[in-house]
Amino acid sequence: MLKGKVHKYGANVDTDAIIPARYLNVSDPAELAKHCMEDIDKDFINRVKPGDIIMATTNFGCGSSREHAPLAIKASDISCVIAKSFARIFFRNAINIGLPLLECSDAVDQTKAGDILEIDLVGGKIKNLSNGLTFTAKPYPEFMSQLISAGGLIEYTKERLVKGRV
Amino acid sequence: MTLAEKILAAHTNKKRVTPGEFINVKADMVLSNDITAPIAIKEFRRIGVAKVFDPAKIVMVADHFVPNKDIASAEQVKLMRDFASEQGIIYFDVGRMGIEHALLPEQGLVLPGDVVVGADSHTCTYGALGAFATGMGSTDIAAAMATGDIWMKVPPTIKFVYRGKLGKWVEGKDLILYTIGQIGVDGALYSAMEFTGEAINALPMDGRFTMSNMAIEAGAKAGLFHVDDKTLLYIKSRAKRQHTIYELDADAEYAQLIEYDVSRLEPQVSLPHSPANARPVSQLKNMEIDQAVIGSCTNGRLRDLQVAAQVLKGKKVHPRVRCIIIPATQQVYLDALREGLIETFVTAGAVVSTPTCGPCLGGYMGILAAGERSISTTNRNFVGRMGSTKSEVYLSNPAVAAASAITGKISSPEEVKS
Ligand code: SF4
Repeated sequence: MLKGKVHKYGANVDTDAIIPARYLNVSDPAELAKHCMEDIDKDFINRVKPGDIIMATTNFGCGSSREHAPLAIKASDISCVIAKSFARIFFRNAINIGLPLLECSDAVDQTKAGDILEIDLVGGKIKNLSNGLTFTAKPYPEFMSQLISAGGLIEYTKERLVKGRV
Repeated sequence: MTLAEKILAAHTNKKRVTPGEFINVKADMVLSNDITAPIAIKEFRRIGVAKVFDPAKIVMVADHFVPNKDIASAEQVKLMRDFASEQGIIYFDVGRMGIEHALLPEQGLVLPGDVVVGADSHTCTYGALGAFATGMGSTDIAAAMATGDIWMKVPPTIKFVYRGKLGKWVEGKDLILYTIGQIGVDGALYSAMEFTGEAINALPMDGRFTMSNMAIEAGAKAGLFHVDDKTLLYIKSRAKRQHTIYELDADAEYAQLIEYDVSRLEPQVSLPHSPANARPVSQLKNMEIDQAVIGSCTNGRLRDLQVAAQVLKGKKVHPRVRCIIIPATQQVYLDALREGLIETFVTAGAVVSTPTCGPCLGGYMGILAAGERSISTTNRNFVGRMGSTKSEVYLSNPAVAAASAITGKISSPEEVKS
């Protein structure tokens, strides 16, 4: 069960907003986290607490393929990102590295910045403790669930190699 | 099946694939760069295999922050260079490198019918050759380097038809900016775009690369062209290995069909801070600029420089403007030198750089201060993309960027060349 406060954003939050390219001369997640969301929300890194949740409307994570974006979010101790939709590469990067994402339009429409959410990732259940509403996120396709339960793409690939399925 | 589906199916052990299906796809080329390779290498080590699956199918290019702009980026490139020599993979460093998406087609490393995966979102550029090429993350590339294949979800295809003949100064860049302006930055989310029609048949290869390059700016997974005489001529002197040309089936099913009449299309400019804010250049009046950038994987090819030189020839860059021209590869640089284009640029008061991504992603070589405005032939104008979060980037084709450099405000090439 995850629990945290919501940091809310709008549509098309791009990877340059999540982690500006000028900081990409390093790849250490802790270093990257120091600049997470900097260009659209200067105060984010001061406000964020372990377990907090990022919420946005459509096409979250559009732009570059930089895995530094989900890494920076994860290293900021964000427990989960909820959006109406995600950009394609961001989605696969997050799943590959084990940053939970949930797609749920209703939850986004009925949650304000600062609300506290409680999330059960297994069933995709989202409970807004501030207004008492509950939501169910779109379930993952079966293949995605396999990737997630393996612990991400690297662990999944190790399993494949061991089983000689490559 | 559509063109995208045909190529994907041929790279799995299945006869047919359908949109939405998860498949494992064999890759013909696996790409990463000085920003994404360091993470890919670290993740590759975690998998625990000693060698990459096939060194001839793995390429790394140092292009974003090279020649190294600082110690941190030098460390990243060194990591990549050491890995490349340990594994014997294809590697391009300073003096031989170019911006990856201009370099790989030019070197014949990507060919029609290929599946190409790259840890860079603009990997979709190779769709211009009739390949299925798509950007992914570093961890994906680590897995692909170890096993030679990678998971994908088969995308639905949206077919675009461009009717009519393009006017003077109107290019591939204008078609794609216009398209993104129409459908939005998530208008082709998770889909493959297929570009067809009269205007596309007439479009030179350089313009096709520009269009495929920006498919990602509409959220697409790939942007494909059909192979024709122009494609075959382009690869003729470059291809060093076998390739297969795929044609769509008569019963191909599209998610959507979108048609545009582009015979009256003007050069387009995308306003900050989204590539989807496209307007005809004539609507922009007295928009003063501080900088003009001509280059990048979108518009740093020879034809782009030829067009820019055509506009700049015999003219001077406006005294208030810094005009920065960046040939995308060493070969483009050399060709531009031989054709006298470099001389035209320098005489006009522009600066010509070694190939690098540089200002395109706000790396170096043309960073904007707060309140400054740049016109640029690159592909993204997000907040802070070229420097200060209070600076502005306007996207255009090379002719418009060159004309604007001369007048000091966003201008149509007609204003300086009538
Ligand atoms: S030129 Fe710009 S968009 Fe192209 S690969 Fe380099 S940074 Fe990316």
